Amino acid sequence: MAIEQISVFVENRPGALAEVTALLGGAGIDLRALSIADTENFGILRLIVSEPRRALEVLRAADYVGSATPVLAVSLADAPGSLAGVLRVLADAEINLEYLYAFITRQAGHAYVVLRVTDNDRAEAVFAEKGVEIADHGEIFA
Amino acid sequence: MNYFQREMECASRETMRDLQSARLAETVRHVYDNVAYYRRLMDERGVTPADIRSVDDLPKLPLLTKDDLRDAYPYGLLAVPLEETVRIQSTSGTTGRRVVAFYTQPDIDIWDECCARAIVAAGGTRADVVHVCYGYGLFTGGPGLNGGSHKVGALTLPMSSGNTERQIQFMVDLGATILCCTPSYAAFLAETIIEKGLRDKIKLKAGIFGAEAWSEEMRRDIEQKLGLKAYDIYGLTEISGPGVSFECAEQTGMHVNEDHFLVECIDPDTGEPLPEGEKGEAVFTSISKKAFPLLRYRTRDICVLSRRPCSCGRTLIKMSKPMGRTDDMLIIRGVNVFPSQIEAVLLNCGFPPNYQIIIDRVNYTDNFEVQVEMTPEMFSDTVKDIAAKEDELLGSLKSMLGISPKVTLTAPRSITRSEGKAVRIIDKRKI
Repeated sequence: MAIEQISVFVENRPGALAEVTALLGGAGIDLRALSIADTENFGILRLIVSEPRRALEVLRAADYVGSATPVLAVSLADAPGSLAGVLRVLADAEINLEYLYAFITRQAGHAYVVLRVTDNDRAEAVFAEKGVEIADHGEIFA
Repeated sequence: MNYFQREMECASRETMRDLQSARLAETVRHVYDNVAYYRRLMDERGVTPADIRSVDDLPKLPLLTKDDLRDAYPYGLLAVPLEETVRIQSTSGTTGRRVVAFYTQPDIDIWDECCARAIVAAGGTRADVVHVCYGYGLFTGGPGLNGGSHKVGALTLPMSSGNTERQIQFMVDLGATILCCTPSYAAFLAETIIEKGLRDKIKLKAGIFGAEAWSEEMRRDIEQKLGLKAYDIYGLTEISGPGVSFECAEQTGMHVNEDHFLVECIDPDTGEPLPEGEKGEAVFTSISKKAFPLLRYRTRDICVLSRRPCSCGRTLIKMSKPMGRTDDMLIIRGVNVFPSQIEAVLLNCGFPPNYQIIIDRVNYTDNFEVQVEMTPEMFSDTVKDIAAKEDELLGSLKSMLGISPKVTLTAPRSITRSEGKAVRIIDKRKI
């Protein structure tokens, strides 16, 4: 099942990221994972947070532009070759990957990879078929 | 001292006034008889052609603005049958602001002669090699100087703009002696020529640079780098193109070709003529053209007129370099840009009208940036989606304006607002 990632537009200037994270911190929102895509002028901050809907409300109230995107959080064994195996499944099914980022939790021997693909439903189906585990929001914030 | 048409350029004040008065009366009769638009404007003011007997009667005529030209687009102000016209030129503006000017063959001859006067005033003769890298096409720069150079009888290189490598190669190989282009392109060429170590290979003696604002400092810099004397030239498509006025070796203002174009300086707020020497808006009346003669056309350019005798011997009235504009038009890299054009493109591409135009001049070239605020509708979690929208915006701006700005997306509500109203233009150029 897909989880909700929030994305936020941030200007490429000193302090921009500090302001967004401080805002979320102040609202008691827990960050589990993040990645940033940067261009010359701006960045797109992508976050997996404890309360995505509320996080977006907080950001929008402060004049940030953001959106929620369903992404897949794949649960992996923290072992060589496990990510390659997951990506091979996507490649074989010809599902395009837009971006990904990984994070670990306190659960030993376990890692998560957030995948943004062009077709979540089809990706979920092939993962299920090939035995790739997908984590839900509850598991990530357990 | 060389002149292209000495009898006009050095005419006594009386001779010139008589000629101007006769031509003005004839032009007013011509447009009144042939253009419904003028007839209506004059009727509304209660002026008839019989009231215009000399240049002193000029203030009786209505003032014409760019809006009038827009209203009359395309054929509304054409004063001759179509079969007498041979050419159009057009301003760089948008559909909304575009102005099309018409020429008969004699009109083109007049224009070419005006440019020839400028070339001769810059020391040009038929022995010269005139390198023209103003744009050719609808823009008047290339065709004007090209025609002027032909009238002088000089070898003309119709280079048009762009392709700097080729420009320099031709300049060196053919031994160009007079360069015609925008001052910013001249500065760019100078830098490139020096970088390539070709300074000793060029034979330029004079440059005729116009279509954008430039400073005395920039003039000295170009002169020193290219080893030439730099002359200013002024004009506008509505009146004919470059050569409405031109600089002589004294370099203290531009002589208006007033046997063809009457110039007045008015108070931009009241429209009242100002005494000589006072700063105001330049207004031109073309008194010898037939296809598209304009009566009292407001240029929006602020300048000062002077009849102080000139060391070059010309008696033609002089106008200063334009010192600014009365409207919000910007001249960026020689191209006219209205903020309203940028706004129209933004809205058309789905961006909000929250934008800021930032212009700066670095190494004599205009840096032109459009900042626009990001919106929820435009936002995406992938860079490629946003980049596609940026590219679309950039492409639309380029096709609308003719030049490419840098586009920067900014955070919502980040664009400075003063007293609730956004500051649209930040012009950091110190000219």
